[in-house]
Amino acid sequence: MTGELASRLRFFFRPKPIAAVNEELRAHIDAAIDANLASGMSPAEARRKAIIDFGAFESARESAFDQRPSAAFDRLRQDIRYCLRTLRRDRGFTAIAVVILALGIAANVVVFSLVDTILLRPLPFAEPDRLAWIAPADTSGGLSGATYSSDAYDDFRAINHSFTDITGYFAFSSPDNIKITGTNSAIPQPITGIGVLGNFLNVLGVTPVLGRNFTPAEAQSHAAPVVLLSYPFWKQHFHSDASIIGKAISLDNHPTTVVGVLPSGFDFGAVFSPGTRVDVLTPTALDDIRTYGNTLTLIGRMKPGITLAQASADARLVAPQLYWGKRDPTSKGAYGPMEATGLKEHVAGQLRRSLNLLWVAVGLILLIVCVNLSNLLIARAATRSKEFALRVALGANRARLVRQLLTESAILSIGGAALGLLIAFGVTTWLAHQGSLALPLLATLHIDTTVLLWTLLIALVTTLLLGLAPGIKMSTGNLHETLKDSGTNASDGRKNETLRTALVISEVALACVLLVGAGLLLRSFLHVLDIDLGFRPAQGYSIQIEQSPSRNVEVRSAFYQTVLSDVSSITGIEAAGLSDNLPLTRNRSWGPPGVKGVDYPRNARPGTLVYVVSPGYLPAMGMKINGRDFSWHDTAKTELGIILNKKATDFLFPGQDPIGRMVEFGGKSDRIVGVVPDVHADGVESDTGWQVYLDISQDWGEDGTQLVVRSRLPADALAPVIMAKLRALNPGQPAATLQPLQQIVDHATSPRRFFAVLVAIFAALGLVLASLGIYGVISYTVTRQTQEIGIRMALGASQASVQRRILKATLRMTAIGVAIGAIASLTMGKLIASLLFATEATDPTTFAATVAILIGVALIAAYLPARRASRINPMTALRNS
Amino acid sequence: MPPSTDLLQGTLDVLILKTLALEPMHGWGIAFRIQQISKDVLQVGQGSLYPALHRLEYKGWIAAHWGTSENNRKAKFYALTPTGKKQLDTELATWDRLSSAIALVLNATPELSS
Repeated sequence: MTGELASRLRFFFRPKPIAAVNEELRAHIDAAIDANLASGMSPAEARRKAIIDFGAFESARESAFDQRPSAAFDRLRQDIRYCLRTLRRDRGFTAIAVVILALGIAANVVVFSLVDTILLRPLPFAEPDRLAWIAPADTSGGLSGATYSSDAYDDFRAINHSFTDITGYFAFSSPDNIKITGTNSAIPQPITGIGVLGNFLNVLGVTPVLGRNFTPAEAQSHAAPVVLLSYPFWKQHFHSDASIIGKAISLDNHPTTVVGVLPSGFDFGAVFSPGTRVDVLTPTALDDIRTYGNTLTLIGRMKPGITLAQASADARLVAPQLYWGKRDPTSKGAYGPMEATGLKEHVAGQLRRSLNLLWVAVGLILLIVCVNLSNLLIARAATRSKEFALRVALGANRARLVRQLLTESAILSIGGAALGLLIAFGVTTWLAHQGSLALPLLATLHIDTTVLLWTLLIALVTTLLLGLAPGIKMSTGNLHETLKDSGTNASDGRKNETLRTALVISEVALACVLLVGAGLLLRSFLHVLDIDLGFRPAQGYSIQIEQSPSRNVEVRSAFYQTVLSDVSSITGIEAAGLSDNLPLTRNRSWGPPGVKGVDYPRNARPGTLVYVVSPGYLPAMGMKINGRDFSWHDTAKTELGIILNKKATDFLFPGQDPIGRMVEFGGKSDRIVGVVPDVHADGVESDTGWQVYLDISQDWGEDGTQLVVRSRLPADALAPVIMAKLRALNPGQPAATLQPLQQIVDHATSPRRFFAVLVAIFAALGLVLASLGIYGVISYTVTRQTQEIGIRMALGASQASVQRRILKATLRMTAIGVAIGAIASLTMGKLIASLLFATEATDPTTFAATVAILIGVALIAAYLPARRASRINPMTALRNS
Repeated sequence: MPPSTDLLQGTLDVLILKTLALEPMHGWGIAFRIQQISKDVLQVGQGSLYPALHRLEYKGWIAAHWGTSENNRKAKFYALTPTGKKQLDTELATWDRLSSAIALVLNATPELSS
């Protein structure tokens, strides 16, 4: 077998010339002549007999020559050359076909690269399958409810049996939390740093590209400060200067030694905090945060062979033994059941449904594209049927013709795939740089080998789908009838037309499913935008200001008061206030408030989000206060005031006026001065929990300062004025950006918007393709029926009746498609129900709008050919036969 | 073409190999020899002879060289290669098995089968 292959290969590269075949056959005839002469014939007779016996010389030569191993390639080359020639002759068709294919393939490639990046590709860590996210099984309670204390971390690490090591990072870092001074710019620049435990990179299996990892000593309290730079930050801020390693940079006014640069493939934000940029990692000492309560997220590396289920079971056993704080022995068992989830699942799991939906949507697009092109190809095959019939008559076999058609669709597919890949490359590059899009791993989006293979697969599938329809037609066609047919007015078109109509109906049905899906998602998105967030983001802005370093609350309070009075003096600013945290960003929770003396059942009250705010913050957020706001007359020495959200007071004081009542909170007794609406703090779509607001002047320990202002002025006009005021008060104020509150909301809703917009784009593409399909079929029918229409008009049919007939045929076709599509949409609606928000899967508005749009578009697409038909001059049409 | 092509083609291949096993020969000689030995029953047309010869050559079962025929003419001689020799043995064995099997079926009498 291998010997045979080697022999064939030898002849493939050293083919025998056709002249040799000629010579051999001539020698054969000569031998026959000699034999005939020997049997006593005359020379002329011998020659004649030999040639007659031999038969068709050319045919024998051809079939002998065709045995050569390279013959198949020669035939393929011939097919390709012929195809390219015909496609070049039909430039319009080729261009449309390639562009339509390219759009369909580009959509598929982009979505596949998203799926590949977010779902399929393993995380950029060593043996990522062994990494687990360890968190409470109960996910309510905000960030504080999802994190653990230093004591809990230490004990969990010591007691568990399933993990080789546990690490974690400080979860309460907010963007732009570090000020870098003295590099690049005279003005301090804000950067984002995350505190990680000393073993963070070891557990993940990440090695710095330059320099080294933190040493255990550097992750202790009072160690000299060190920092690891992210690759992009190193590139942009330090111009990829390798000599920065070992040097000190000024972070928050402390000289900090750069020990290393993280690899370019490691993007902390992309994995752990989608849509945010993380510039540096700093070591967090467990002892420094021991009294902070729950601040650490836990990530574990499972021992080899341990499954997630085993790790989870282990974690559940360990959880009751953990202390919230060892100082307080009663805090043992403060943590509920724990659960280990695969890190990949934790990062990307909740996007699986949405991505699958996108995948289905682009699959439908590809089907529509193929149906559309099949339609074009059938029309083309119809005009070329004579050519094919003639070739069959001249001896071409059907297989050869079908192969010719497949070659044609392969060339179109490859062209479409190449152009589509180019478009996809542009789109993915653009998407990868959408830093504000809160999708995990998006920054690592790129076209890789897997995506290229997928593109190849798609090209293969389209080749087969496209070649199918004309191929079937070819193999069932009747040679005689085709040759007899006189062309445009032939009745063989009838069968053709049924096939094309069926294709258009399926196209309409597919577009209908896409439109309904897009409609449902868009309506969900609109409903999400309509949610009353509890505050008014419009005309609200926030900017991070440098916290006063003073430990004395009166000094801090005085500073805050000056900041606010200075900022409020700016014309156009209606309200200004400070808060340590903003909704929809990071948050922290404390134990819930309660009325003194009341014994609440365990877990009846949820963990409560805490905001330490200044007077003016609530109005600046656009929140309505029932009661009063804090005032600068409240100080650390006056009675402690507290403002609760409605959900909390409704529970604590059902049916009573809570204003003026006392609650126990944060270990102190506080008087309720006001009640505010519930704010969507964890997520736009998630339920609201309990929230309390404490007075910044009453020494609750604010952990950051965000200035919030309300103004009708645009951000561009406000930012420089506010920055000037802040810098006048504090020359060290970093160059933070003034962020519209709407931007925070948009960031939170960005995944939903992203999916809704993508599906809407796909639906629009589907609609355009379907309308092209309808136009093509009706237009073709009209051209074919020119004579018939001419006769009808000669016999007295009016222009209107001709138009009506065509539009009616279109309507019938569309109605069938819409009916099939609507039924399919109902099934699809059920499947995507979990992705919808406040929208029924059978939403009548969406369905009605889809039907109206499809019928409208179909009528418009059919109107052009219908008008053309009604303008037919009967005399010309009849004379034209 | 009729579906029995493969069988015919395969058979022609064996005939050619067997003929060449006797001595190297040119195309016309092979056709003549087959016709002669089969007492004019098997007539090999050039339409199938040369494609078969070329096919076998490409497979590496026979090798070709130019030589001079008995009539002092230039002719292309084909000879069996070692691979071809092995192939011929296999084909003959297969043929024997097949033909004896067919013979058994065709010679079966009604008495025996009932």
